[in-house]
Amino acid sequence: MFRARHLLGIEPLAPAEITTLLDLAETYVDLNRRTVKHSDALAGMTQINMFFENSTRTQSSFELAGKRLGADVMNMSMQNSSVKKGETLIDTAMTLNAMHPDLLVVRHPQSGAVDLLAQKVNCAVLNAGDGRHEHPTQALLDGLTIRRAKGRLHRLTVAICGDIAHSRVARSNLFLLGKMENRLRLVGPATLMPAGARDWGCEVYEDMREGLKGADVVMMLRLQKERMDGGFIPSEREYYHRWGLDAEKLALAAPDAIVMHPGPMNRGVEIDGTIADDINRSVIQDQVEMGVAVRMAAMDLLARNLRAERGAKASEMMA
Amino acid sequence: MILHFQNARLIDPEAQAVEETTLTIRDGRIDAVGAEAPEGAELIDCNGKYLAPGLVDWGVKIGEPGERHKESFRSAGLAAAAGGVTTVIARPDTMPPIDTPESLEFATRRAADAPVNIRHMASLTRAREGREMVEMSFLQDAGAVAFTDGVRVVADTRLMSRCMTYARGLNALIVGHPQEPLLSKGAAATSGKFASLYGLPAVSPMAEVMGLDRDLSLVAMTGSRYHADQITVAASLPALKRAREAGLDVTAGTSIHHLTLNEFDVGDYRTFFRFTPPLRSEDDRLAIIEAVAEGVIDVIASFHTPQDEESKRLPFAEAAPGAVGLQTLLPAAMRLYHSGGLSLSQLWRAMSLNPAKRLGLEAGRVGIGAPADLVLFNPNAPFIMDRFTLLSKSKNTPFDGARMQGRVLGTWVAGRRVFGDPA
Repeated sequence: MFRARHLLGIEPLAPAEITTLLDLAETYVDLNRRTVKHSDALAGMTQINMFFENSTRTQSSFELAGKRLGADVMNMSMQNSSVKKGETLIDTAMTLNAMHPDLLVVRHPQSGAVDLLAQKVNCAVLNAGDGRHEHPTQALLDGLTIRRAKGRLHRLTVAICGDIAHSRVARSNLFLLGKMENRLRLVGPATLMPAGARDWGCEVYEDMREGLKGADVVMMLRLQKERMDGGFIPSEREYYHRWGLDAEKLALAAPDAIVMHPGPMNRGVEIDGTIADDINRSVIQDQVEMGVAVRMAAMDLLARNLRAERGAKASEMMA
Repeated sequence: MILHFQNARLIDPEAQAVEETTLTIRDGRIDAVGAEAPEGAELIDCNGKYLAPGLVDWGVKIGEPGERHKESFRSAGLAAAAGGVTTVIARPDTMPPIDTPESLEFATRRAADAPVNIRHMASLTRAREGREMVEMSFLQDAGAVAFTDGVRVVADTRLMSRCMTYARGLNALIVGHPQEPLLSKGAAATSGKFASLYGLPAVSPMAEVMGLDRDLSLVAMTGSRYHADQITVAASLPALKRAREAGLDVTAGTSIHHLTLNEFDVGDYRTFFRFTPPLRSEDDRLAIIEAVAEGVIDVIASFHTPQDEESKRLPFAEAAPGAVGLQTLLPAAMRLYHSGGLSLSQLWRAMSLNPAKRLGLEAGRVGIGAPADLVLFNPNAPFIMDRFTLLSKSKNTPFDGARMQGRVLGTWVAGRRVFGDPA
């Protein structure tokens, strides 16, 4: 039960689709732990990774996922390419489309840019992050990590902490965790809290100690360097003092609370290094592992839908 | 040449009345209302449809000079005629801007291509850069009806105060765009639940209130004549009311798009719904309609802003703002009439009489001696808007595919038919 043509965000997905995706991802976790890690789910298919914004982690995760499924993977770094020469997003998309890719993985600094691109191509599009809007595979890998660590993905208290306003990770997680019926808290300085956050059905805390009380999951977000100097918060050290995750604040969460971070971490800014490394609390490494599996599952499902659609079209033409 | 309209329901915005009557025009002016057809008059049977003064659309962007591929005076004029707009008040935010008597003369000469009346606003500062004031007196002599830098706010408050002080001596009208420019920098949406969920750069509605407060304080200080181009949020209304009660020479307008659409229409990043200021909440939309009904807001305009396809086929925050509106102003306004928010005479007060009065034009009236700028329309005729049927060179309308009501049957400028089949 997963019928979507693209994976542009978590918002349009039904809870059953999320579960289908996570269940399939579980099988890929097993595959990835074997010595021979190959499947032929995407054999013969072409995957293009198009990153209009810097990324090492997400891009390599998608690349590895595609290769393990047998796809031909091409990486395009768009920051220093034709875009600089003035080509529009749509022209770039049309050019790529003419090369008949099957899967297009796109990251773009503008909210909505990946939706726009998806309207113009006839392959499956995966959103690898658009502006401050969505980063669906991150939320899915977080969901899978939580499900494996806590044994369920519902009725948990999840505190998302830090720069909510600029975070697509936060938005996708809000959709996913909300759809799966969890209790959501947003914790952070008021300058980094989006307007209208209270209308999203979350509890909003400026005091991190209050926000962490009894939480089952503590999800930290990365604070971008450029937001640290006086614009949104006065300084790094004041931020760490009030919103950095240290042992004292974490002690207020549930005794078996897990700590998550989408990476890359700023140790000593939003998270204490010893907590990040604490194997009893931190699931940060698991998140990276789940990332590959979830992306394999997402591409596998989209490829199945793509084949079915093309098959239907072909038999229509025969009839 | 004498024309006699029979069987008309005549909208009189001055009298705030609609009555079944006849109207006679002679030599481009209204000669009689309610009279018998004079000898030798050409008869026009209105079949009970509505006859009204043509619309006066305040704030129309035309791409001359600089962007003629988006809109020329000719194409804008044809669109205006088809939309029942008989007077277009052109904006100075062209490339280069209309900031010297020479550029205004050029625009005036080009405007002769249009079948409707065109009046020009000039920019308030040179090159719309907010650093030095334009030659207001020369520009006035060349025909400028008002001064504005459009949506670019003159951020330097001292310069703005000097512009107003200087304008006062000329009795010139300054049109401001109420907005706190640093707060709203880069914003593509109104802040709130919707913009936050879609991750769009957004600005609080209070930025408009701050800008309005500044400008109204300057008006109190300088005594200048002032018009706020677009009031779009409820929070701006108390300040506006106070300024009028204090006797300041202040009027205000709003856009038809902010009266008929709200922030949720942006949906999945539809760039035809990107406006400056951005679309507002439903509560604000309703409050602004009420303010028009009460006369707190004087003017409704389309803020016609032609954009080519390339300017709109971009990620939402990068797409150029604005929509064409000359041809959709009337049918969009009919949404307000049919929903019961505004009567036809209230609408015509805001779309025809008030803008003409404020700019010192004779239009907008159906009294004897008024110019025979008229529109005949059926407020009920339904249609589905297809943007490619618009006569404007640019087709960026948010109403594409929308069900609308209100069809223009004929348009006359100075007694000459400029749109519709001669019946």
